[in-house]
Amino acid sequence: MSFTTMLSQLGDGMVTTVWIFGLTLIFSLPLGLLVTFLRMSKNGLLRNIAKFYISVMRGTPLMLQLMVVYFGPYYLFRIPIARSYRYVAVIIGFVLNYAAYFAEIYRSGIESMPVGQYEAAQLLGYNKVQTFFLIILPQVIKRILPAITNEVITLVKDTSLAFVISVAEMFTAAKALASSQTSMVPYVAAGIFYYVFNFLVATVMEYVEKKLSYYR
Amino acid sequence: MNENYLEIKHIKKSFGSLEVLKDISLTVKKGEVLAIIGPSGSGKSTLLRCATFLEKMDCGSLSYLGQEAVKAGEDGKSIYVSQGELKKIRTNFGLVFQNFNLFPHYSVLKNIIDAPVRVQKRKKEEAIQEARELLRKMGISDKENCYPYQLSGGQQQRVSIARALALRPNVLFFDEPTSALDPELTGEILKVIKDLAAEHMTMVIVTHEMNFARNVADYIIFMDGGVIAEEGTPEQLFSSDNPRMKEFLGKFNEV
Repeated sequence: MSFTTMLSQLGDGMVTTVWIFGLTLIFSLPLGLLVTFLRMSKNGLLRNIAKFYISVMRGTPLMLQLMVVYFGPYYLFRIPIARSYRYVAVIIGFVLNYAAYFAEIYRSGIESMPVGQYEAAQLLGYNKVQTFFLIILPQVIKRILPAITNEVITLVKDTSLAFVISVAEMFTAAKALASSQTSMVPYVAAGIFYYVFNFLVATVMEYVEKKLSYYR
Repeated sequence: MNENYLEIKHIKKSFGSLEVLKDISLTVKKGEVLAIIGPSGSGKSTLLRCATFLEKMDCGSLSYLGQEAVKAGEDGKSIYVSQGELKKIRTNFGLVFQNFNLFPHYSVLKNIIDAPVRVQKRKKEEAIQEARELLRKMGISDKENCYPYQLSGGQQQRVSIARALALRPNVLFFDEPTSALDPELTGEILKVIKDLAAEHMTMVIVTHEMNFARNVADYIIFMDGGVIAEEGTPEQLFSSDNPRMKEFLGKFNEV
């Protein structure tokens, strides 16, 4: 097998990895905010549901969660699984897991805000929604950006877990190629790919942090 | 037109078993400057926070320009009017905080115009013009594009006064406006407040600056242990025979 065919096979995997990464972020970032709202709700029931959800998501392996989401419908309810469901399952699994982590990061940011900001906003006549989205959230985002960056970088590497439900992302492709070709090259290529991906992520996040450094 | 801009009757407030305000009544007339003095923990700030709805009072009533925000029930317990009503009544007053509480992510100008434009739906150009006028009055015209962190404490406090004034309140509250500032900057702020008094702005000022209270206030309330221990014009108060008052003032003269 030529080097280029190898690369093109790995390339297909890369595309899948990028998809998992992108879709997970698009859904889990806002879902995490919703979970934070529940977690910080005045309603004890909602708060406990959110707490339980977060504790399960953080307390069990993501790999196990992916398998539950994928095989669960069949094992539990005997619903036949379509082949293509794995692509949905992998996104559901990742989104549910990452939303829990993001929720806790949001909460740490929101709780670190001085109460004076809320009071000033109230005195100036802002309503609760305006206060949160105009005054609080922008400052929270600035504060939690380093923690978010950490999580996003972990996500890039975690995408490799999709192999447990046979989603042919980058790592799955590399593994298959390495064993069929008895070659280290696919692993090295995979390593370089993850590294470069994360390098880009870090660069982008650094840029955003810089953009937000116009105030303290 | 009701001349009583602020009227508080028999207000009581407890935090758990700690009674912080024990039956306090006061009236502020249009154009009047009221200073509230007293030792730490005497309930001054809590009184201010109740008056500005940051804290809920347990008993007593409260009204601005004759509009009742809090009624007292038959048992004296406070009954608040609806949220919508409170929102309207809230436009009557502004508050200047001890530690400014400016919005750090907004420029000086935006800090001042955002609420008038977004909340009061005023025209942006008009709000900007007014904000510039206020900044000129505060002597910080050149700072409109700065962010709060770039300003000294005194400048930040002046921005926060401008921010409160931009909403055209009838009564302006100050919660120890100079306590976070060094003596040099304190003078700047006191001058601004003095200028406002000269323009007959109705103000309620919680302060530790005795000389300032004496010079600027029309009326002074001395609070101690959750009650008004002494009240009157500055002349009356500073020549009072009340032992607690004398002790308190004495401490200021000693150091």
